[in-house]
Amino acid sequence: MSNHLISIDDLGAEGLTELLDLSDYFLEVSGRRIPKVPVLRGKTIAWLFWEDSTRTRLSFETAAKRLSADTLNFNVSSSSVKKGESLRDTVETIGAMGIDGIVVRHASAGVPRQISQWTDAAIVNAGDGWHEHPTQALLDCYTIRQERGSLAGLRIALVGDIKHSRVARSNVKAFAALGAEVTLVAPPTLLPPTLDGWPVKVTQDMDEACAHADVVYLLRMQLERQEESLIPSLREYTSRFGLTSARARALNPRTLVMHPGPMNRGVEIAGDVPDLANAVVTNQVANGVVTRMAVLYQLLGSGAGLVPELEVERV
Amino acid sequence: MSDLVIKGGTVVDATGSRTADVAIAAGRIVAVGDDLSGDRTLDAGGCFVTPGLVDLHAHLRQPGNEEAETVESASRAAVLGGFTAVLAMPNTTPAIDSASVVREVQTLGEASLCDIEVAGTITVGRNGEQLSPMGEMADLGVKVFTDNGQGLQDDRLMRRAMEYAGGLGVTLAQHPENESLSEGGHMHEGAMSSVLGIPGIPAEAEELMVMRDVTLCRLTGAKVHFQHLSTAGSIGIVSAAKNSGLSITAEIAPHHFTLTDRCVESYDSLYKVNPPLRTAQDVAAVRLALADSVVDAITSDHAPHEPHLKELPFDEAPCGMIGLETALALAMTELDMDIGALLALLSWQPAAIAGIEHCHGGPIAPGRPANIAVIDPAATWVVSGREMASRSSNTPYEGRELTGRVRHTIVHGEPMVIDGEAQR
Repeated sequence: MSNHLISIDDLGAEGLTELLDLSDYFLEVSGRRIPKVPVLRGKTIAWLFWEDSTRTRLSFETAAKRLSADTLNFNVSSSSVKKGESLRDTVETIGAMGIDGIVVRHASAGVPRQISQWTDAAIVNAGDGWHEHPTQALLDCYTIRQERGSLAGLRIALVGDIKHSRVARSNVKAFAALGAEVTLVAPPTLLPPTLDGWPVKVTQDMDEACAHADVVYLLRMQLERQEESLIPSLREYTSRFGLTSARARALNPRTLVMHPGPMNRGVEIAGDVPDLANAVVTNQVANGVVTRMAVLYQLLGSGAGLVPELEVERV
Repeated sequence: MSDLVIKGGTVVDATGSRTADVAIAAGRIVAVGDDLSGDRTLDAGGCFVTPGLVDLHAHLRQPGNEEAETVESASRAAVLGGFTAVLAMPNTTPAIDSASVVREVQTLGEASLCDIEVAGTITVGRNGEQLSPMGEMADLGVKVFTDNGQGLQDDRLMRRAMEYAGGLGVTLAQHPENESLSEGGHMHEGAMSSVLGIPGIPAEAEELMVMRDVTLCRLTGAKVHFQHLSTAGSIGIVSAAKNSGLSITAEIAPHHFTLTDRCVESYDSLYKVNPPLRTAQDVAAVRLALADSVVDAITSDHAPHEPHLKELPFDEAPCGMIGLETALALAMTELDMDIGALLALLSWQPAAIAGIEHCHGGPIAPGRPANIAVIDPAATWVVSGREMASRSSNTPYEGRELTGRVRHTIVHGEPMVIDGEAQR
């Protein structure tokens, strides 16, 4: 693993598996009465969120605190940073404070990669435009592995707005790297301009996809897509691509239903579906903390001799 | 006795090539032949002695953005790149859309190192709504009009502009881009944009406007020039239109025959340009169009930007790259064409499109104005943004070794570059 986590490409199958294994240890830590270990004591992590995010930031913040890191929030959306300020100026300012890690979210694809050239701090991509959201993919893989033991050979239907989705771009890479068969279910207007080289199948038939899927993964559908004429209406989208109550009831009971949140109940997912036994949406959120602990530990911790070190520190 | 003799080079112009000395006096060529002598001699051994290059497309940024470039600094970059005349694009602040701004840039040009020709806008403020006073600008010598930086979207207004320009005998240069297809895009739409998650600009956005303007050219008979063609489809459309006898010309920028959309993988906005870097297939089509004379000119599309603007997120960064000092060397290094064919694209053909063939683009013959480049085809050099004369350094070729360098540049008889050094 490189010094940063910007793309799932930085990990490959081996790096992914390593982080998932590591997450098991942090799951155990998270279950303790005092769910905190001192492995990142003295390390400082800055949140650099140009784009608003409550969930992802809280998840990272919880992870960092359980690892005993100091955290600070560079509150970019309300600070002097605004459209037009050089990324380099912002990042060099933070760098001058001696920060060890920067967790970055930005509405523009590529910003984590761009800023990595101007700082020695480890960069964690918490979502960049339509590009990637690698820790989301990690927590999704972890959740599937927890339920099904492995991703190898699983059929995963990834449904919805693939084109504008950083979650989809990271998940396609991660799912495929771990041996799953990925099918994209979306109208052509919500697919990237070309899927050349993507390890996926594509279908427009949600019922067919659901019938064969081990996992149905729904992406958030945004109202703007209707205004941009990418879909005729949310109603038509829901009827053709939504996980309606009827489609959910027809699923194999073992088929997992997943969603990265926040959900538009009644659009991509019927209101009662998240409460079904095979819907693992809240597990995803819980696993977000442990997988992010693994990422922060691996990038900022001593790295070598992980397991013994953790065992010692438990004493 | 002449003022200056360029000695020992191979003279190359539209009439062919021969070994000869070139003698200059009072700003003009006075003799071309063997064993000429003068007060001062410039050695051209092993070099081509050619008509000065003519750039149909450079953003000089003055007035309005003098931090990025001035007419003077751009002209220094130009002569170092072998250009003796540059057509200044009108997307300045204010835009060159009236006689007074034309005069301002012409005055700045008179104090610069090469000839500065001024392009005017087609519409007031480049707003795409109302025709600029092309007549009053034409009276001051403006021969090319363009809203460059953007295409003129409105079909009816473009028709009117063509009709009106036809009456003035001037050329309309179009930046072909249909904005309803390109809007929101920041790189070529294709496999790379799909992976990188950057909104794309489809090739068809360019091709649709090329098609429209070919159609309107047929209707109006205007002289139409297409700027920076970047797609195989555009080239096909232009080729067919030229074969049908329409008065159409077209240019190619060096980045469209040297770089592809793969460069954007780094998210480095040095590679952000409009039209965007396209695919390897497009680059191959562009190279073929240059070799087969389907297009008429290579232009720099010199677009300086202050460094901090290229440190913005990719989708917020401005488009463009500097190019005056690298255009010739990139053509010599990357294109497998003989020097005469390259110079046609870089000198006499663009001179004719700009309407300055009386003064630039050769031939190297007694009586002609002495606008001359002396090019060493064997010299190699390494591109360095910092070392170039432009006030900006946004080159995508940093560190690249190129073959072919300008040794001397003579503008109206005055050596502005000697042995690769600007003289002022």
